[in-house]
Amino acid sequence: MSKSTSWRTAAIAAGAMALAAGSAVAQDKELVFGLQCDRTGATQTVGIFLCPGYHDYISLVNSKGGVEGFKIRVLEIDHEYKVPPAMEAHERFKKEGAILEGVYGTPQIAALTKKLEEDKILGTSPGFGNSASTDGKRYPYIFPLAASYWSQAAAAVTFVKKELGGSLKGKKIAYLFFDNPAGKDPIAILEDLSKSEGFELKTFAVPSPGVEMGAQVLDITGRYKPDFVIAHLFGRSPSVSIKEFKGKGYPLSKVISLVWGASEADIKAAGGYEVAEGYHTLQFAGVGGDFQVIKDINAMYQAQGKPAPKEQETSVFYNRGLMIAALHVEAVRNAIKAKGGAKPTSEDVKNGMEAIKGFTLGGMVPPMEVTREDHEGGGWVQVWTVKGGKLVKDGEWFQAYRDVIKKHLAATN
Amino acid sequence: MLHRESGVFKTSYAADMALYPLPIARWAVAAVILLFAVVLPLSLHEYYLSIINLSLIAVVGALGLNILVGYTGQISVGHAAFMSVGAYTAANLAVHLHLPFWVTLPAGGLMAAFIGAIVGIPSLRIKGLYLAIATLAGQLIIEWVINHTPAISGGAQASIEVPRPTFMGYEMKTQGQLYFFLLFFAALATLATLNLVRSRIGRAFVAIRDQDIAAEIIGINIFRYKLLSFAISSFYAGVCGVLYTYYFGIANYEAFQIGVSIDYLAMIIIGGLGSVLGSILGAIFVTMLPIAIRLVMEPLGGLFFNAGELSSIIASTRLVLFGCLIIFFLVVEPEGLNRLWRNIRNYFRVWPFSY
Repeated sequence: MSKSTSWRTAAIAAGAMALAAGSAVAQDKELVFGLQCDRTGATQTVGIFLCPGYHDYISLVNSKGGVEGFKIRVLEIDHEYKVPPAMEAHERFKKEGAILEGVYGTPQIAALTKKLEEDKILGTSPGFGNSASTDGKRYPYIFPLAASYWSQAAAAVTFVKKELGGSLKGKKIAYLFFDNPAGKDPIAILEDLSKSEGFELKTFAVPSPGVEMGAQVLDITGRYKPDFVIAHLFGRSPSVSIKEFKGKGYPLSKVISLVWGASEADIKAAGGYEVAEGYHTLQFAGVGGDFQVIKDINAMYQAQGKPAPKEQETSVFYNRGLMIAALHVEAVRNAIKAKGGAKPTSEDVKNGMEAIKGFTLGGMVPPMEVTREDHEGGGWVQVWTVKGGKLVKDGEWFQAYRDVIKKHLAATN
Repeated sequence: MLHRESGVFKTSYAADMALYPLPIARWAVAAVILLFAVVLPLSLHEYYLSIINLSLIAVVGALGLNILVGYTGQISVGHAAFMSVGAYTAANLAVHLHLPFWVTLPAGGLMAAFIGAIVGIPSLRIKGLYLAIATLAGQLIIEWVINHTPAISGGAQASIEVPRPTFMGYEMKTQGQLYFFLLFFAALATLATLNLVRSRIGRAFVAIRDQDIAAEIIGINIFRYKLLSFAISSFYAGVCGVLYTYYFGIANYEAFQIGVSIDYLAMIIIGGLGSVLGSILGAIFVTMLPIAIRLVMEPLGGLFFNAGELSSIIASTRLVLFGCLIIFFLVVEPEGLNRLWRNIRNYFRVWPFSY
């Protein structure tokens, strides 16, 4: 038998097994998760790593007998970062009986906010979306579940304060951001903190698509000469910023990036770890492969005779996929337990999500506590720094300036 | 065949000008109305109605762009920006002045028409690709202004949540209810376009498209009609933007970026430039084809791959298939789906006696 035929036979056999398994599991022992992805659109650099992570975690849960006896079926829809397909995806999920939805993209979660609330299905928006949506009273069905842009900005300021020796009085901080709503979101927090902490803030906008920022970086390094740079960029622009700072001779150890400019892929695209030495990144999920859950996934693949998924190389996004999936499963687990083993409704899952506490997945997930009011879970982040060819953890999970964040939340809502 | 033209005599100008001169056409239109107004909403699941809803909104936008590009021959890649003008106008009126949709919708359209006429001014001096770049500038300027003017955009998030449309105390929020809301405006836009293109204005547009100097010589005021074309086209775009706003419940300029303008250009090119039916077919084609490809691939691919692998395969092959199908249809008939449909119709008109 040639190699290709054996592969095909194996595939057909696997397919047949999957079908048999599918029919064997009674419909009422199956839960449907909806997942929106962008593997082909403007932010595909994230989606191609994040979504496989999500699927791998769900496969792992299913291979161990599911969550409290229920198997999970993930329905993924790629919306190419366009808005109308996100609505189609939501209606499809609803038709298939999805009990929760992993939404992806700031404009997409904005467009679905109203519909999710009307249909009473919760949607998660980890690390993106409107920072005000962490307020569970105003947005009962939106769950950011990870540090919002406000929390990230506050955490970045805390880190800068630590790096600059404990005081920000009279220091200069440059904020380099992508000129869209997501990029402008943290400015309110930064301005507020600049008053209370006494540092000088100057903002530098990078227009879309963000692959040209020589002028801004030159302005920062040549004219403004700040003590620290907080960068908030997306897509391909983080790698450009690293290259530009390096080219202008600004030390990357004085740059901290918020969560979407923080992956191995960005560093590689900028020219590798030597170029980015010292670059600080904020993370809302653990980084690297040194977690029990990743070992379990690799063991699962090994048992099937397959190599470990290559997406793990970009562990920042892959692990975020794992984290989102894990939190989804955990919410469902809480819901099933609260119902005494019965099949949960989407309303039960919402309550389950609001009961998440002390779930850390071996350190990959921060010690968040989601409540009815706080859908962000406390806004925890970690800092990872490029050191000697890899990302190295720089301290434990922390949260920052919660009082300031709460004040802003109260002001907008 | 049923589609028989012999024996149909026109004895008045009105009969000659009728939208549907043949009895069969009138019956067909009645059947289509019955299908859309009664059969589809009663028989289809909400999910399929949501797909039709997205197509209906796209139809309004595509009709508007076709008036400008297809009928008047002025290229515009700023269509999405005019949608955002309509969207934010309506959202601000609905939120700050609590106006109902039947006020905000025309207001959004008029504001977009005004801005569109301004962006259209370069069309008086430049043509073709140069005009495309000028409208591209319009798109980027409008995006920038909305993004940086909190008075328009409502703050750093640049999004304004609007209440659901209500009509005589009846709130429209499910896909089924919104279907009728959108169907009404899509039908109105279609009817208006059909009548516009056979009016004096429409004929002036076509004359400008075919040869603007000749048009000027026969007495068409180029200045007036080119700007009018931009204004009317932008009015449709504005209405389309308002419909999006009410459909999603939020006005957000990130839903109206340059890529959307390109999508709408694709719709009218695939559907057929300078045809009403083409705009409709193109809008439906571009909206539904990616969904159709996925719905076909899911059960087929499920036989060979697990869920995780399948998602990655569908996402990438869908783009390839979508591109291939567009090329296929354009190679088969460069003048678009509208011409394809006419060819089929003409074939059956004389079938089985084609000689």
